[in-house]
Amino acid sequence: MNRSHLDSELRLIKDGLLAMAGMAEEMIKLTMKAYSEKTDQPVELVLDMDNILDEMEIRLDQACIDLLALQSPMASDLRFATSAIKILPDIERVGDHCANIARRAPLLNHLQQVLPLGLLEELGSEASSMMRRSVEAFVAYDSNLARQVIKDDDKVDELYHHCYRELLRQMVSDPLCIERASHLIIVIKNWERIADMATNIAEEVLYIIEGVSAKHQHLRSETTIEREG
Amino acid sequence: MTETIAQPEYRFTQMPIRTDGPPLTDPSVQSAPILVHTESLNLYYGQKQALFDINIGFPKNTVTALIGPSGCGKSTLLRCLNRMNDLIDDVRIEGKVLLGDQNLYAPGVDVIGLRKRMGMVFQKSNPFPKSIYENVAYGLRIQGIKDRSVIQDAVERSLQGAGLWDEVKDRLNESGLGLSGGQQQRLCIARALAIQPEVVLMDEPCSALDPIATAKIEELIFELKKKFTIITVTHNMQQAARVSDFTAFFWLGKLIELDLTEKIFTNPTEQLTEDYITGRFG
Repeated sequence: MNRSHLDSELRLIKDGLLAMAGMAEEMIKLTMKAYSEKTDQPVELVLDMDNILDEMEIRLDQACIDLLALQSPMASDLRFATSAIKILPDIERVGDHCANIARRAPLLNHLQQVLPLGLLEELGSEASSMMRRSVEAFVAYDSNLARQVIKDDDKVDELYHHCYRELLRQMVSDPLCIERASHLIIVIKNWERIADMATNIAEEVLYIIEGVSAKHQHLRSETTIEREG
Repeated sequence: MTETIAQPEYRFTQMPIRTDGPPLTDPSVQSAPILVHTESLNLYYGQKQALFDINIGFPKNTVTALIGPSGCGKSTLLRCLNRMNDLIDDVRIEGKVLLGDQNLYAPGVDVIGLRKRMGMVFQKSNPFPKSIYENVAYGLRIQGIKDRSVIQDAVERSLQGAGLWDEVKDRLNESGLGLSGGQQQRLCIARALAIQPEVVLMDEPCSALDPIATAKIEELIFELKKKFTIITVTHNMQQAARVSDFTAFFWLGKLIELDLTEKIFTNPTEQLTEDYITGRFG
């Protein structure tokens, strides 16, 4: 069997995914910069890049469907193609979340701070690191790294809840900051969702490598206990 | 037929129930009793060994697909199951093939009687130059059945079982050779079913058919497994994936891997299987 056509299609999809992931990472950096340097300058760029990501998703989604329909991939090729279809919208969503965070920067940068900047930066950099490592795991087919990313999601969730409680506390003590704090709740929620997307990607990477779904581990362990019982 | 079934060591890699994820196939399939199995089966064509120490079990009322590159031994194994290799000169067989607990290679086995229990459908449809009715009735007549109503019932039941009845019921006396390729193949299946076998062996049953006729045969295989145990050889990987519960991969006369079809086509255990089904060799 001649695999050259299949291989070139798989390569095209992988390269496309990496290009999208690279762009998403760049968007995360620019979004963080908008807050850390209190500048509105990167916002337009982030919004433009979000549109490009949307277009790339549509194109690569079609390439995956074509591959499944025309090449009937099997085994590891099949796992790659089906996981790619799931990873694509995750990366695209990272772009949406960045846009959501970035478009609030002009407003929040000119108002008095209600959340310590260090806390917001910590949340952003944790989410950013998870995203970067999930892509590295995908490139290198590194299951250990993917597992580490999945594990780190709890850390981000904890940080998010800490920020959320802090913002609630501020709103209770000073009703004048409610508008600012409400925007910030959206901002921290979007950072938390970026970490979720990175987790999804890491789970798909594990599926590609090992052929076993890493999703919803709590359900899997219950099922195993039932069977073994 | 006795239901006492010996339980040798099979090459299932994860049987009877998968523990690494939800069972993809109906659990009843995974725990079905083994109807046919081989024990240390070796086959030689003269000096050349074609099958090496094959231990494989075929669960009752399931479809098992045998896949592998040309010359890997899958058709040879299929022919061992109803002793068709006996017809080839210079073939030597060691080991056992058991249907239930009966060793088919034991001395004194009635080979004709055995083949009644193991129907076979070949790659190329081969209807006899007789009417549609007589094609199906043939197996019954050579068994000595003369009762017209018994034969008539068997013909109708078999043609219905093969999904051909509605298409031919008004022209049963016309020649079987006048049917289309797909209809001829289903006529051959009806002929195999008429003698009420326990196992239906299929050797690339769709390789000469167009996609519509192939779809009909595949649909039929799905229906037939309710009553029969089906073992099919195919070069068409998508077909194996669509119709079978279990898939066995052979390479150079050896059974490399046997597992649930879903497992084989999404995450095979053996690298050789992975390389074959992804087209890296073969």
